[in-house]
Amino acid sequence: MRDLLSVDDLDRAAIEDLLDLGDDFVEVLGRDVPKVPALRGKTIGLMFYEPSTRTRLSFDRAAKALSADVLTFTVGGSSVSKGESLKDTALTLKAMGPHLMVVRHRATGAPWRVRDWTALPVVNAGDGAHQHPTQALLDLLTLRRHFGKVDGLRVAIVGDIRHSRVARSLAGSLQTMGSSVTLVAPSTLLPIHVESWEVDTAGGIDQVLGEVDVVYLLRIQTERGGGEVFPSVAEYVSRFGLTRRRADLLPADSVVMHPGPMNRGVEIDPQVADGPRALVTHQVSNGIAVRMAVLFRLLTSEVPE
Amino acid sequence: MHRIPRSCLGGLVPQVMTADDLDRAIRRISHEIVERHHGTEGIVLVGIHSRGVPLAEQIAGAIESFEAVKVPVGELDIGLYRDDLASRPTTRLGRTLIPVDLSGETVVLVDDVLYTGRTIRSALDAVLDLGRPKRVELAVMCDRGHRELPIRPDYVGKNLPTSEDQKVKVRIKGIDEEAGVWISDGDGSDA
Repeated sequence: MRDLLSVDDLDRAAIEDLLDLGDDFVEVLGRDVPKVPALRGKTIGLMFYEPSTRTRLSFDRAAKALSADVLTFTVGGSSVSKGESLKDTALTLKAMGPHLMVVRHRATGAPWRVRDWTALPVVNAGDGAHQHPTQALLDLLTLRRHFGKVDGLRVAIVGDIRHSRVARSLAGSLQTMGSSVTLVAPSTLLPIHVESWEVDTAGGIDQVLGEVDVVYLLRIQTERGGGEVFPSVAEYVSRFGLTRRRADLLPADSVVMHPGPMNRGVEIDPQVADGPRALVTHQVSNGIAVRMAVLFRLLTSEVPE
Repeated sequence: MHRIPRSCLGGLVPQVMTADDLDRAIRRISHEIVERHHGTEGIVLVGIHSRGVPLAEQIAGAIESFEAVKVPVGELDIGLYRDDLASRPTTRLGRTLIPVDLSGETVVLVDDVLYTGRTIRSALDAVLDLGRPKRVELAVMCDRGHRELPIRPDYVGKNLPTSEDQKVKVRIKGIDEEAGVWISDGDGSDA
C-alpha cells in the first residue's frame, strides 16, 4: 500500500489489517506515555483546503503520537488568498521535505492530482463529495470494537447522502466487510445513480427503526447545496430526524453514530446524541488510532505490489 | 564448543539444547533471580514478544514452585521501537500488557536470544516509556555474541558462540511443538 485515496483500494484483508493495527494503537494511546518512536525522523504534510476541526487535529495527533513531525497548511492565512494554485502549493510544501501528504480539498480528485505532481504517498482526508477513507476506517474500527465484528451488521445511513463523502466511503467499505447497508433520505438527497450502489433505500427513518444494529446520521451539507432540496427543517426532522421517541423504538443493543459536526435538533436529538447508545466520542478517539495505523503502514512498508 | 564447522553439517541442524536442558536452565535462572534479590519483593518479569513471553511465564512458574509467590509477568512488543522500521515492513504488532505499575520495581526483561542487542535497546526504551523502574535486568536463554551495542545479560541460559551467518532457533514449550535450541546455517537472522 503506497497511498490511501479511496476505500475502493482496500480489500477485506487490507481493511482487517488496518483495524488490527488500529486496535494496537488504541492500546498505545491508553498508556501513561501515549507516544512511540515509530516514525521518528518522518515529516507529514497536512494540506487542508477546506475547514476542518476533527480530521486535521486527528491527523496531527496521530502523527505526533508516532513521533513524526507535522507541516500544516490551511487555506486561511495562506498564499492561496494571493492566487497560488493547488499545484504550486503542493510543490512548495513538497520542497519542505515531507515524506507523505494528507490532502483535503473541495474538488473531487484533488488528492490524486497532488500524488501525481509530488510523487509522494498521499492520504485522502476528504475530496468534495467523493471519498473520506480514514473516516470509514474509524467507523469500522468503532463498530468492530463495539460489536466484536462488522460482518452481518445492519447499518442505516440517514441524511444527506448525495453530498456525503462519508456515506460513499462508509457504504462501500461496509459492503466489503459483509454488512448490509440501507440508505435513508429524501429522494432529492439520495445519490444520482443510487441503483449502482447495490444497497437498499428507504424514504423515511421510521421504516428501518425496528431492524437495524447501527443508525449512522449525517448532517445536511448546506455548503454543498444540501439545504435547498427539501421544504423545511421541520419537515426533514419529521421524516428523518432521530428524535427521542424514535430512539426508544430501536433494538436494545443498537448504536447511534455521527461523523460530526452534529446539528443537534435536526438530524439528531440532543439527548440522543449524549445518550448511552451514541458512539460519537468513541469515533473521535478511534479516529486517532486508525490514522496512526494508516500513517504507520504507509511510511514503514515496502511497496508490496 | 557447540560450533560445528559448516562443511561438516551437510544440511543437518544440530540441536544444542533439549527440552530438558531448557527446563533446567529456566530453573537455574529462576533461582539466580531470587538469590540476587534476596527474595521476590518488587520483581516484575517482562517477556519480549514473541518467545520471551512464555519464557517469562515459565520462570514465574518456577519461582512460584519454590518460593510460593506469584511474580507479576508482563509482555512487551517492541515493534514500534525498532530502529529499522523504515527498511523492514512490519506485520501485526504483539500485545503490550504490563499488569503492575513499574515505578520503583525491578524489571527483569526476558528474551530467547541475545544477539546484536538492538532488540534489548528497543525494549529498554519501551519499558522506560511505561514507567520508571528502579532497576532493569536482562535474562536470556541463549547469548550468541556479536553485540553491536554496550548491552550485557544478567542471567544466561547458555552461552552459544556462533558465526554471523548461522541461525539460532529457540522453541518453547507452550507455543512450539518441540522445545529445544538448534543452530543452523542461514542468513544470520534468528527465527
